Amino acid sequence: MRLLAVDSSPFGMFDYFRQHQDEVLNWLGYHAWLSAVPVVVGLLVALPLGWLAHRYRWAYPPLVTAAGLLYTIPSIALFVSIPSIIGTQILDPINVAVALTVYTVALLVRVVADGLGAVSADVAQAATAMGLTRRQRLLKVELPLAVPVIAAGVRVAVVANVSLVAVAGTIGVPNLGQLFTTGFQLSVGSPYYPPITLGIVLCVLLALAFDLFVVGATWLATPWRRAVSGS
Amino acid sequence: MVSAPVSGRKGGRGLVIRFESVSKKYPDGTVAVDRLDLVAPSGAITVLVGPSGCGKTTSLRMINRMIEPTDGRIWLDDRDTATVPTHQLRRGIGYVIQHAGLFPHRTVLDNITTVPELLGHDRKRARRRALELMERVGLPPHFAKRYPAQLSGGQQQRVGVARALAADPPVMLMDEPFSAVDPVVRAQLQNEFLNLQGELGKTIVFVTHDIDEAIKLGDQVAVLQVGGRLAQLAPPAELLSEPADTFVAGFVGRDRGYRALGFAGAGRLPVRQEQVIALGAASGEARDAAEGGWVLVTDAAQRPQGWLRAEADADPPPSTPAEPVTEAQLNLGGTLASENATLREALDAALSSPSGRGVIVDDSGRLLGTVTASEVLARIEQQRAAGERSTQGGES
Amino acid sequence: MIQWLNDPGNWTAPGGILDQLRAHLQYSIIALVIAVALALPVGLLIGHTGRGRWLVTVANAMRALPVVGLLILLYVMLAPHIHGKGDTVYLLPTEIVLVLLAIPPILAGTVSGVENVAPDVRDAAAAMGMRGSQVVRRVELPNALPLVFSGLRSATLQVIATATVAAYLGLGGLGRFVYDGQASQNYAERNAGAVLVALLAVAADLVLALAQRYTVSRGVSGRFPRGRTSEAADGPGGGDLRGEGGGAADGPPVTAETPPSPHTA
Ligand SMILES: Nc1ncnc2c1ncn2[C@@H]1O[C@H](COP(=O)(O)OP(=O)(O)O)[C@@H](O)[C@H]1O
Ligand SMILES: [Mg+2]
Repeated sequence: MRLLAVDSSPFGMFDYFRQHQDEVLNWLGYHAWLSAVPVVVGLLVALPLGWLAHRYRWAYPPLVTAAGLLYTIPSIALFVSIPSIIGTQILDPINVAVALTVYTVALLVRVVADGLGAVSADVAQAATAMGLTRRQRLLKVELPLAVPVIAAGVRVAVVANVSLVAVAGTIGVPNLGQLFTTGFQLSVGSPYYPPITLGIVLCVLLALAFDLFVVGATWLATPWRRAVSGS
Repeated sequence: MVSAPVSGRKGGRGLVIRFESVSKKYPDGTVAVDRLDLVAPSGAITVLVGPSGCGKTTSLRMINRMIEPTDGRIWLDDRDTATVPTHQLRRGIGYVIQHAGLFPHRTVLDNITTVPELLGHDRKRARRRALELMERVGLPPHFAKRYPAQLSGGQQQRVGVARALAADPPVMLMDEPFSAVDPVVRAQLQNEFLNLQGELGKTIVFVTHDIDEAIKLGDQVAVLQVGGRLAQLAPPAELLSEPADTFVAGFVGRDRGYRALGFAGAGRLPVRQEQVIALGAASGEARDAAEGGWVLVTDAAQRPQGWLRAEADADPPPSTPAEPVTEAQLNLGGTLASENATLREALDAALSSPSGRGVIVDDSGRLLGTVTASEVLARIEQQRAAGERSTQGGES
Repeated sequence: MIQWLNDPGNWTAPGGILDQLRAHLQYSIIALVIAVALALPVGLLIGHTGRGRWLVTVANAMRALPVVGLLILLYVMLAPHIHGKGDTVYLLPTEIVLVLLAIPPILAGTVSGVENVAPDVRDAAAAMGMRGSQVVRRVELPNALPLVFSGLRSATLQVIATATVAAYLGLGGLGRFVYDGQASQNYAERNAGAVLVALLAVAADLVLALAQRYTVSRGVSGRFPRGRTSEAADGPGGGDLRGEGGGAADGPPVTAETPPSPHTA
């Protein structure tokens, strides 16, 4: 039987957390994992695809259009269709991870392509004139200068993922979204806020933590920008 | 009351713009314009020139109150601009800026008809007039349906001028309108602008940082000094010959003496007859007619075509005496000066000619004769002496 | 699933596909109309005056909120106070969330659209004697339209997606098939619901892309007929022509300052 916090107001969430600590921390772990892994995998896939769209003019329209199309599909539709495509169980968290990876790729392909393309023609030409090969130019000039653009895209992706993972909670995938469904089920008759507010607070904190992490990593990866803003 | 060194054009259709002790102090304390007194006469081009940051743009934009003066008044004829509602004031003042500032979402024609539309003028008439204006500023009619992004910088600037003129405002303000285009196009735009102004007679205040442009376009030139002080207001020739102080002298530049020749007519230069041969004549003839190793070649209508080297060690090597002279053999280096050219043009023709003899032609381009640099210099000396005598005479 | 979709009874029955499609469209359109009515004028005002930018920051920060949580929170809060008939008890909280969700992209798109209008273009407009409202309507809005549309399109996608999730509460719409199918282990129905929602989202985006094509001036979108470009490129500004875009590849390039909008549901 479930222990319920006595206080059903939004502030009962602290009691609720103490009483359900193990379960909630377990969900939080799942949630963090499901939000972060797709971003890492998605970025690794999007980098070569985005480079392709940037390098070959003919590849840009089909790649970016396909990405845009994938991105239009509502998440719940992806969550329930992916099992029949890759043959997993409906409640397998892998489905969520795959769906979110698809979104991340869809979002980042265009970001990477535009970011690589944003290096000014002057800089690109100077690099060529200095004798850099195409490969060197990509690795030493274009990619580093595209980092801020790509980082902005990654921030959007990771914050969005935190919200999307919770959507998967409504069809029963274990994560912080279950706090919302629990709250919904316990609110028959009169409102029972603690799990709902706890879920919202934890989701926001998680999104904030990921966002700060990406900002920090970008800061470390772009020393030349620090020199400018520091002066 | 301030007096203008240049009187307005007779029949000029513009208003007089009068700055009365106008100052502008920005909120951060920068004094951009300091007690400026200035009259821009009706129908004339007044150029504001000076180094970057001297307050040219600020002065200009106070006229249409895009910037409000902190002190003083600006009058359009006998109306204090501060008493006119801004939108009404601005609809009567044409305004042209550096990159034209065309509306990207409107076609060329729609850009030009913007102010007539705001004034509620008849649409059909406004469009007809816009097409007329396009022709006047040198844009073919099929450009009417294009968008600004489909035009080159020079073409955009022409649309900008047409747009400013669309409601036939008596006053035009121009802020470095030609400085973003390349020198060839700039010279072309300047010449066309002068022609246009010759027909329209607007009161124009023109801002530039380029002293050459100021001298070329201005009926009067106001040199501003950083801090927004008026250093000198004078017609261009006077600015060059009598700079008011060391700042103006420095700004006008080191080669101002040479530039001043651009304002002195050469008068009747003592041209010398030149032995010429016709294009296609036998090369042998050239060697006989040559003087100092060079002979001038003309076409059938006596129009100079270029100089031919007529020495034994010439390069390209001389053809056999019977072979005809071809265009490929000609040196095209020298500039031509017309018979009523300025001393500057005449001197340049002599200095640029490979033979050292400057070619003078009449209005239809037919050869009149040649002059040497020393002959032009002699004329300069002569005019200087005459000028000195007359100023001394004036003083005594 | 194909079988389920091919059964005409599933389309025309009360609570069938046609009914739910109509309901889904209705919820979405109501929310979008309200969001545009609020965000567009406010965005134009912020962009025009340069004041109140913090509103954009606040709106953007709201994107970190989990939509499902918000939806359920509002439902739980409001349900005891709503005694209307039918769906009202679900509809009101859902519409509030949908509007809240649609505002940030539209607001941010409008503000950056106006801010992206070249300063000399606005300057010229004012110097020609346009009043403030004329500058907004005649110059700033037409030039901001591509970004307004990209905000509206991303808002539309989020609204359609979130309206699907609202079926969890008990609201109608295409999400019904997803959740009912899931609950009753009727996977054909569930998958059909997912496909229908995806198709609706793509179709809505297509309609807006077409609307964008017909309302944005060619001078702004850069869609010029071939062979009518400037012959004499004699300075900067010449030859700055973009080719034809198409479908989802539309829209301004992504930069560090303007990343794409996120999915939230
Ligand atoms: N909005 C402003 N706020 C503060 N200072 C300004 C502003 N606009 C111009 N200034 C300053 O006023 C001076 C004159 O500027 P401006 O009229 O633009 O010069 P110019 O057009 O001759 O280059 C400069 O020192 C400039 O920095
Ligand atoms: Mg200036």
